[in-house]
Order: sequence, then structure tokens, then C-alpha cells
Amino acid sequence: MLLAFDTATPAVTVAVRDDHRVRAERAVVDARRHGELLGPGIGQVLAEAGVSPSDLTKIAVGVGPGPFTGLRVGLVTARAMADALGIPVVGVCTLDVLAADVVCGAPFLVATDARRREVYWATYDEKGLRTDGPHVGRPAELVWSGLAFGAGALQYHDVFKSAHGPHFPSAATLCALVAEGRVTILEPQPLYLRRPDAVEPGARKAVTPA
Amino acid sequence: MADEPLVLGIETSCDETGVGIVRGTTLLANEIASSVDEHARFGGVVPEVASRAHLEAMVPTMRRALEKAGISLSDVDALAVTAGPGLAGALLVGVAAAKAYALALDKPLYGVNHLSAHVAVDVLEHGALPQPCVALLVSGGHSSLLLVPDVTNDVKPLGSTVDDAAGEAFDKVARVLGLPFPGGPHIDRVAREGDAAFATFPRGKADDGTLDFSFSGLKTAVARWIEARERAGEPVPVADVAASFQEAVADVLTAKAITACREHGVDNLLIGGGVAANSRLRVLAQERCDKAGITLRVPRPGLCTDNGAMVAALGAQLVDAGRRPSALDLPADSSLPITEVLV
Repeated sequence: MLLAFDTATPAVTVAVRDDHRVRAERAVVDARRHGELLGPGIGQVLAEAGVSPSDLTKIAVGVGPGPFTGLRVGLVTARAMADALGIPVVGVCTLDVLAADVVCGAPFLVATDARRREVYWATYDEKGLRTDGPHVGRPAELVWSGLAFGAGALQYHDVFKSAHGPHFPSAATLCALVAEGRVTILEPQPLYLRRPDAVEPGARKAVTPA
Repeated sequence: MADEPLVLGIETSCDETGVGIVRGTTLLANEIASSVDEHARFGGVVPEVASRAHLEAMVPTMRRALEKAGISLSDVDALAVTAGPGLAGALLVGVAAAKAYALALDKPLYGVNHLSAHVAVDVLEHGALPQPCVALLVSGGHSSLLLVPDVTNDVKPLGSTVDDAAGEAFDKVARVLGLPFPGGPHIDRVAREGDAAFATFPRGKADDGTLDFSFSGLKTAVARWIEARERAGEPVPVADVAASFQEAVADVLTAKAITACREHGVDNLLIGGGVAANSRLRVLAQERCDKAGITLRVPRPGLCTDNGAMVAALGAQLVDAGRRPSALDLPADSSLPITEVLV
């Protein structure tokens, strides 16, 4: 019994899957309330599926890249639940999950919002295999004229002329990818891609005028 | 006593990842992972650095605490977590982790106020809290005087700093004196060799009739004093300045704490928070309490600084008081009011 969730985009998405199919899924889009939404979301999905936490055998979590605060909610939840239940936890690149829902038969780019007028992005070949990324950068500095998917592409449609949905990754897809072994498995470690904003102080400024 | 609640507490409001375990009023474990060394070169806590460190430290700290207490997670009756006040991103890591443990274990979760926990922790050291007591909470993020009729549901603010927290003033003065971050322990150490009467620095708001504090002017006065010395080509007597600065802080904190007790007819004072580890503050508070006929309670330094045991201790008192646990949509609230003990 696999529980999967992703909090690396404004969507808090949760799903639970048995050996054959997704038993329940739920997604709420609210970029500012990941911490409030994920716990109840997991509770509701498990209840709807008739699954108790002790039935779970594995947890899969989207490891980003994504805005840090929300991303960490998913990762610490996955690690803590796995620790409490004594079960394994695996990570998957969030952009790979989004890419798996893209149907286009040509190379494509997936982008999500990185704030600060940047996007998190990766490119995929016609079979859906990642060819570049994940990276973070300004849309205008990206050399890509092909098809583009995801909320980050749609947000900058002046750059990504052929931008399409899906906007966000789906936990049901994450479940399927992990259960069927169709995705690169990562450690449950966040893909931050940016360093913390912190500047070492320079020489102390005098408080008395010279 | 086996029928006392076994409560696990998680604290991540600043730069310490704390997991504590108590049974009723008995401390079983108090494990802490600190990211303080990662912040030192920035001269203060960097929120994103702290949040990243909390994520990495959470499960290992939990494991150490369980091992230390000799229990397994399934033995736990309830969990408690600091819901605020504190750094938003840092709080959220602890709150999300606590929810995940509570959900996986199907145990009740109490989202609690960090400041109330600093008060509640003293039951582990000195037994049941006198009702009411006055609490002076002083740390890098807070400087507050509270009237505490009942730490589980009635905490009233009496005064607080209008600018810098006391611990912040220690950090800033340490920097001016060329001492490392965090400033508190270093100033305390060098001040032992210094003369506290060497210079008289201002006691902000000392006589303004309120129970509020101000430490910004003190910090600036120390900096001006040092700059004047440096411009005159004279050496800066670091130990004497540290001792004189520390005296000013300890003087105004303890004077207002005693006034708070008198004004409210309370004869029990509790001091908590990281600055409560300061040796001069402890000595001066004891002297003044003795003189005023007030009983002073200060937990040992390891329970004064941020830790998980204080959160567990408050959680156990909430369980005992029959308070309702928090919902799973419990938010982390960086500016949680002092009056909200339980979210």
C-alpha cells in the first residue's frame, strides 16, 4: 500500500494506491497553506480508501524543485511518517511527475513557478525521458522554442508560446510511476537548486558620525 | 507513576531542533540538534539556514530522544509541538513533522505556545507551578513579563521589549566587542574578569512606570562608548565593558520583574529563556528576590534555552487538564499571541 504526495508546487496533492490501482486521491491548490492542508489531506485520502496508516508499506514524495517552505512540508512529513511506521520512503523529481502526464510525442519542456520571476524547469525527449535539468532560471534566458507544459510555462506564455497544461503534478501519477518502476528514484532529499539568501556582514558601521 | 501521560514534544521555533520526552513531570529525554554554528558567520540566525537544518535533524533527533528515554513511539500517549511564536519556516518543519507522527501513530497532538512552554518546563525541575506566578522570559527573540494564573489556559502579558530582545542586545554588543556569535555565553564568560561598575550604561525605560523593556539604546550607547575610546587611540577594556553592559541588562530585567510581582501581589518569580542562563542575571535575581521575599525559580540552563522537553512538559499539563487536542490543520503561527497557550 503506497502513499504518495507532493508539495513542491501550489498544489498539495495526495494519493494512496494498492497493488493494482489508485484507491483515493485529493488535490488542493493553495500556495500559502501547505502546512495546514497536507496533514488533513493525507487523513482524508486514507479514510476514503479505507486504509489505516499501519497498512502502508511505502511512502513516495515529490522532492521538488519547488519553493522551499512548502517543499519541506512534504519532505518532513514523508520522513516522519516513514520513521513512525518503520517503512521506506522514496523521492521523485516533481518535474518528472508532471512530465509523465504530458502526452505529445515530441521533445518538451516542463516548468513550474520558482517565484522571483524565475521557473524550475527540465526538458524531456519524445519518450518522456529527462534530457536536461532540473534547473532554475529566468524564462527569457531559456533557449527553448518547442512545446512547454506546467504552470511555470503557462505563467510566462510570452516566452513559452506553446504552453499547455497540466499545471501541476498529480500524486496519483506519482503512485503509478513508483509502483510500476517507471521513474528515477531519488533520496527523500529536497532539490533546492538555490542557496539560502544570506550575506556575511561586512565591517561594522560606526554609530557615531566620523 | 505509570498512569501519568507519556508525552513527546517537538520544538523548531528558531535554530534548535529539540525533541523531549516526559512522563507527567518527570524528564526522560531532552535531545537537541543546533544549527548555531552555521549561523555564526552571518552574525545572527538565518531563517532559511535554520529551516534546512531542522529538516535534516528532525528524524535523527527523534531517534536519539526515543533511545535516551528507552521507549518506542507506540508507547507515547500524546505529542506536543511549538506552533508559535518563532520563525515561520522553522516552525512549519516541526509542526508538519509532529502532525506526521501523530497521524501515523493515531495519537492526539497539541500545538502549543513557545512562551508558555518556557514557563511550563519548570515543573520538571521544581515541581508544580505556583498559581499565580510572574514569569520573565528572556531570549534572543523575546523579552517578556507575564502574569501566569494557570499555564495551561491563562497567561497574561504584563510587558515586553519595545525594540530589541535582550539576547539580541547581547549578540550585537558581542559583535562590537569582537566576541563570537551567539554573544550571551561569551559576554558572560569575559565579564567574570571585568568590573561591572566600570561604566554606567543606560537602563532603557527603567523609570517609565511600565513593565516594558528597551535594549536598543543600550546597545547603541555601548557602541558609542567603544568608538570614542577607539578614536582617542585608547584600548577597549573588553571585560569591563562586557561586565558593565551585562549589569545594565540584568539590573533592568530584575528590577521590572520584582516590580511586576509587587504590583500583582505575587510572591513567585520564574525566569526562563536562553538569557536566563546568564550567571549575573541569576545572581542578581536571587539577591533581589531574597530581599523582596519572593521565591525565585530558574530551571537549569539546558531547560532554559529552547528545547523539546519544555514543549512535552506543557503538553503533559494540557493532557492532565483535560484540554482538547489540536486539529490536523493546525497552522504554524510566527506571531502567535502570548495569550493563546493552545492552538
